Amino acid sequence: MYSEKVMDHFMHPRNVGEIENASGQGTVGNAKCGDIMQMFLKIDDNVITDVKFKTFGCGAAIATSSMATELVIGKTISEALKLTNAAVAEALDGLPPVKMHCSLLAEQALKTALEDYFNKNNIPLPEGFSKPNVDEDEDEE
Amino acid sequence: MNRIYLDNAATTRVRPEVLEAILPTLQNDFGNPSSVYSTGREAKRRLEEAREKVAKALGAAKEEIYFTSGGSEADNWAIKGVAHRAGKGHIITSAIEHHAVLHTCETLAKEGFEVSYLPVDEFGLISLEGLEKALRPDTILVSIMTANNEIGTIEPIAEIGALCKSRGIPFHTDAVQAIGHMAIDVKAQNIDLLSLSGHKIGAPKGIGALYVRKGLRLANLIDGGGQERSRRAGTENMPGIVALGTAIELAAKEMGESVGKESELRDYLIQSLLEKIPDVRLNGHPTLRLPGNVNVCIRFIEGESLLLLLDLAGIAASSGSACTSGSLDPSHVLLAIGLPHEIAHGSLRLTLSKENTREEIDATVEELIKIVERLRQMSPLFSQEKGGAQLV
Repeated sequence: MYSEKVMDHFMHPRNVGEIENASGQGTVGNAKCGDIMQMFLKIDDNVITDVKFKTFGCGAAIATSSMATELVIGKTISEALKLTNAAVAEALDGLPPVKMHCSLLAEQALKTALEDYFNKNNIPLPEGFSKPNVDEDEDEE
Repeated sequence: MNRIYLDNAATTRVRPEVLEAILPTLQNDFGNPSSVYSTGREAKRRLEEAREKVAKALGAAKEEIYFTSGGSEADNWAIKGVAHRAGKGHIITSAIEHHAVLHTCETLAKEGFEVSYLPVDEFGLISLEGLEKALRPDTILVSIMTANNEIGTIEPIAEIGALCKSRGIPFHTDAVQAIGHMAIDVKAQNIDLLSLSGHKIGAPKGIGALYVRKGLRLANLIDGGGQERSRRAGTENMPGIVALGTAIELAAKEMGESVGKESELRDYLIQSLLEKIPDVRLNGHPTLRLPGNVNVCIRFIEGESLLLLLDLAGIAASSGSACTSGSLDPSHVLLAIGLPHEIAHGSLRLTLSKENTREEIDATVEELIKIVERLRQMSPLFSQEKGGAQLV
């Protein structure tokens, strides 16, 4: 059901942990749905120099968090803002359809952490800034 | 890698004695039981011999046993059969039934039948008083499972049977998980309809049976030829039927031994998990519980991750987490016993057979200690609980 890359990131997740006094931090998802992602960013001179995450969730949730951290580490803020959930899923050689939700959470976690950074530093949100809308009650009819 | 199979409630390995009994029905004795020539007559003889064995294991008469494609068909037939014969009315079931019962009731509700879902207590037991209050003059059926497939809780079947009998209401029980693991006597327990499945007791998938008390009439679910006394059409699944007869006879013969061994392993496993892993709770009833069933919630972690890591260690288990059910909601059974979503997502079901060993239990617990530690290290719920970063 999962690609080899998903299993690799699930078994050997990159950048697990927390960053003390992070430049930006975001927590998304909720325990009711079984997924919580927490992302921490260290930003120096507009460059993401370190990323850490913690995730409560399924194999795909852990793998997408891990992959998202890898994709943005060393990137500038404007590059990181271009990261989409589709890019995270593609980098993992795809996700089962029911798990695409997890890649959206990863994008949302990153953008929430960036938003926190902007707010902390009184930087206006970049034009066109948006976070994916993860409908947490999508199972309810 | 030594593989450890702890998912016997999902399915079981076909027993060697069963395999041996099946082979002739696929080779020389392949005949159709409806044929008049000798190969057909031999098949018919085996068919009726298997029916006798199933009847004996339930304390039923041979004429009360009908073979089906499995537990789901038996549940569908029992419930739809009573409902469609009555035409209208009220059905009582419980909130923790298998989907084969719940979804059948939902279908009937769409057809205009009224359905009441009895709640259960924190251990998964229905209340007899609650059942009595739910009974109505137009109640046409009560369907309560013998034992729950997820948490193993054993319902008060004999008491339910007696109550239903006193009111003249047919009582159906899904005994798929109970067969072979506890004594069942349909007469003493006043059961009118009972569903069972072969693959939970060492027969292959695709065979089950419905016991129908003599005199109780059901609408047919499958129309066609005159098989099963014109009540369930289709050329008989002879390998499956012979397998079920052999498996149920063996299970009944060995029940004393297997129940003793499984209960001992179960209690040892439960005790080990509770002692060695912090923040673990047992789901289901402490004593009114299937001998091979262990179901726990391990806080701060999610079930699918747990199953994937157990699988990598060669251990097969099951979970009621949303991610293993294909929906975003965790198991309806765990929610019905009052668990909050986030705890229900971390459930783990380990179901034993008498083939499992203490060494396997020890090895599983050792792996679980490592896996739980690893997943908790990356769980924001764990760091929050233990005084780390606060969740927003």
